[in-house]
Amino acid sequence: MKIFHESAAYHVSGKAVYIDDIQVSDQILNGYLYTSPYAHAKILKFDLSEARKTNGVSAILSYRDLPGENQMGPIVHDEPVLAEKSVEFIGQAIFLIAAQTEEAALEAKKKISIEFEELPAVTTLKQGIEQNSFLQAQRKIEIGNTEKALKETKNTLSGEIEIGGQEHWYLETQVCLCVPGEGMEMKAYASTQNPAETQAIIAEVLGVSKHQIEVETRRLGGAFGGKETQGNHVAAWAAVLANHTKRPVKVRLQRDEDQKITGKRHPFLIKYTAGYNDEGLIEAVDLELFANAGYATDLTMAVLERAMMHAENAYFIPNMRIIGKPVKTNLPSNTAFRGFGGPQGMIGIETIIDIVARKLQKDSAEIRFKNLYGIHDKNITPYGQKVENNRLFMLYEQLVKSSEYQMRRKDVERYNAQNEFSKRGLAMTPVKFGISFTTAFLNQAGALVNLYTDGSVLLNHGGVEMGQGLHTKMQQIAALEFGIDIDLVKVNATNTSKVPNTSPTAASSGTDLNGMAVKIAVDKLKARLAKVAVKKLAELQQGLNFVEEDIVFEKNAVFSSKYSDLKIGFQQIVNAAWLERESLSATGFYSTPGVHFDRTEGKGQPFFYFAFGMAVTEVEIDVLTGQHHVLRADILHDAGESLNRSIDIGQVEGAYVQGLGWVTSEEMKYDTKGNLLNHSPDTYKIPGVRDIPQIFNVKLLEGAPNPTTIRKSKAVGEPPFMLAISAYMALRDAVSAVGNHKLEPDLQLPATNEWIVLACRKLRNMLMC
Amino acid sequence: MKKITLKVNNESRFVHVEPNEILLDVLRDKLGIKSPKSGCERGDCGACTILLNGESVKSCLVFAIECDGMDIRTIEGLSEKGLSELQESFIKHNSFQCGFCAPGVIISAAELLEHNPKPNREEIKEAIAGNLCRCTGYESIIEAVEDLVSKK
Repeated sequence: MKIFHESAAYHVSGKAVYIDDIQVSDQILNGYLYTSPYAHAKILKFDLSEARKTNGVSAILSYRDLPGENQMGPIVHDEPVLAEKSVEFIGQAIFLIAAQTEEAALEAKKKISIEFEELPAVTTLKQGIEQNSFLQAQRKIEIGNTEKALKETKNTLSGEIEIGGQEHWYLETQVCLCVPGEGMEMKAYASTQNPAETQAIIAEVLGVSKHQIEVETRRLGGAFGGKETQGNHVAAWAAVLANHTKRPVKVRLQRDEDQKITGKRHPFLIKYTAGYNDEGLIEAVDLELFANAGYATDLTMAVLERAMMHAENAYFIPNMRIIGKPVKTNLPSNTAFRGFGGPQGMIGIETIIDIVARKLQKDSAEIRFKNLYGIHDKNITPYGQKVENNRLFMLYEQLVKSSEYQMRRKDVERYNAQNEFSKRGLAMTPVKFGISFTTAFLNQAGALVNLYTDGSVLLNHGGVEMGQGLHTKMQQIAALEFGIDIDLVKVNATNTSKVPNTSPTAASSGTDLNGMAVKIAVDKLKARLAKVAVKKLAELQQGLNFVEEDIVFEKNAVFSSKYSDLKIGFQQIVNAAWLERESLSATGFYSTPGVHFDRTEGKGQPFFYFAFGMAVTEVEIDVLTGQHHVLRADILHDAGESLNRSIDIGQVEGAYVQGLGWVTSEEMKYDTKGNLLNHSPDTYKIPGVRDIPQIFNVKLLEGAPNPTTIRKSKAVGEPPFMLAISAYMALRDAVSAVGNHKLEPDLQLPATNEWIVLACRKLRNMLMC
Repeated sequence: MKKITLKVNNESRFVHVEPNEILLDVLRDKLGIKSPKSGCERGDCGACTILLNGESVKSCLVFAIECDGMDIRTIEGLSEKGLSELQESFIKHNSFQCGFCAPGVIISAAELLEHNPKPNREEIKEAIAGNLCRCTGYESIIEAVEDLVSKK
């Protein structure tokens, strides 16, 4: 039976409540920011006295007015709530304004008096590298002896590739509504992927205990990592203003403001040297990954670590050295974004393979296939974890056939031979993505399941619904485990007072972690109900031997597997348990077993398992304009035993198209001062409906259950994002066709029309020389 | 301030507006019509799409004062007598994920079907080209409309 998104009826009728839709009293104030116009400057002095007199303005606050700590850095405390002596990026918050209207706030901003002394700023990744501007010491992961192997290998290649960042472009911008309660209580309705951390940061900033702060999150209008830590910022600002004015305050960033001041996917620079034999087997790879962190740490070290752990993607490389360096720049602090460094990490090795194929004049799919992780050997990652339950060969065999890869390779060659100014490209790329937070302690989750005497179930868990269908899957798990209809289960808004101390809904782990916690809570309740059922069944039919172990929950009823004709309705048994004075509320707690990683050694078992996928993409480019289309994409993705096929396919399609944006059109442009120039959808281009593949075949891998997870499913949020690397590789293939695959194309990522036309022109000029 | 009358989802309502007030803000903040969303404030994302005198507009680009006496329809109005076939089809295809773009997308699709009951895939794409969705990759949205059309 197809299960629909639990909020679908609300979505399509306009009744789904997002934070900006919450009805509040007329007493509400709106919060606004006064931000830095400089990428790096000293604040010499400021005066708010005139501005504070503005009509309709209730408060203007500086760092001096903060009751608690001036910190909102999630891991390292290097992000002030409000700038004190200096500013480190354009858009950094300096003052907060609570006003009745935007006009009043704008009026007040004009009256703020502040003097800066501009300082030299690092506004690009390359400048940061040149100036040795690093956030922390480098990290290293190594296997084998890379230097020795590079000396002994027959062929080597080296180069570097620049990888652009990406704006999350969640449709709902950052928003938080804070409502003060009695004493120091504060309730925050926050658009956050991490309510527990939002709670912690509000508590710190207000200087109160966490138990005073309640954070509630019904649903997010998209997040994609952008609200893993950075949803905390608006929450902290709204809380400070609400606390000061003792009135409800909402801070909602406008789109341009959101794009300018929040962090994005980390831009990377990858320097590579690789050694390979004449068959195309990669023997050694030496990589340096530079991540553009922005001005503060945020999640950079974890992102960089995941990039390093995905630098070999799905390939066995016996000698590999991966160095990761976090570069500090005067830009907003970059943050989590679907894939969390994985996409950037994979681009390096995929580019290397693409070059190897061209050098050897072989099909890139053949080289990729040759280097895939093995099943029985060649299956140890550079960080020492064994690749188990490898699905790569299943995927390859099925996808080569279903995508008609070999035939289409010939078609593409024929087309390119016949057309001078239009070229096609084809590429097949795999994904192997490690599932678990690489910071081991985060791999925990809690649930609270309440049964009511009418048999209805209220499910609370620590995960956040951001569109991915997590609540639907939790509802399904609870219904399946209780053996009841799905509409008997309601999933509550995520709330820190129901399930405390939770991890962010991130790392694709929402279902794995919370699903297990839900099951554990349901199992506890079932054990209590079974005890009552034994008693009640025995009352119904005396003389039979009922034991708790035989009690089955199925089709809204409870019965013994030995005497399945004798049933008691689920609601009756719940009510009976209440009369028997059994607790009808239970918590569940789950922590992933066995995951660990030693950062100094660069070794460990950071992942509980791997998710796999593979994609074939065909593109067509116009050599003279750089315009390009995705003609066809074929995807086969491994979601284990899918909990909800329709939702999982939606994740795969959506992730691929989002990835397509990252590799093709989403280019961020800055001026030399560090101003983001394209901060709205009219200049920053996310995929529209006309940009999706003309033919889009998306399938889930069948018959590959995941042995150790909830209902044998697999995480599906992030892994398919990286399937879009096939589109970038197809574009390289198409550009390469301009030089008859004899010359190396120089194509940056994202491969915008502009970059494509430049790369084509370069090849055409080389041919003419 | 000027008093204007708007026919919102078949209900005649009056409201006082300043000359520079945006229709989207008046609908959301003064009339409590929350389905149109603010996504970009510049007419690019389509989350605020409504029907104004039967034609789709981005309500973030319209001054409320210009709409005196006009007919406004939002998706609250589409489901007054229960969900429409179109809305049902979007549910059945799990067309939306976060749902924030849904009100705008549905208005664009409803307008298309009003004028063209049998659109092909390209026409469906054309109709929703002014609506951005960051979650789905659009495929599930197109399929829902195609499926509904194929049953007619």
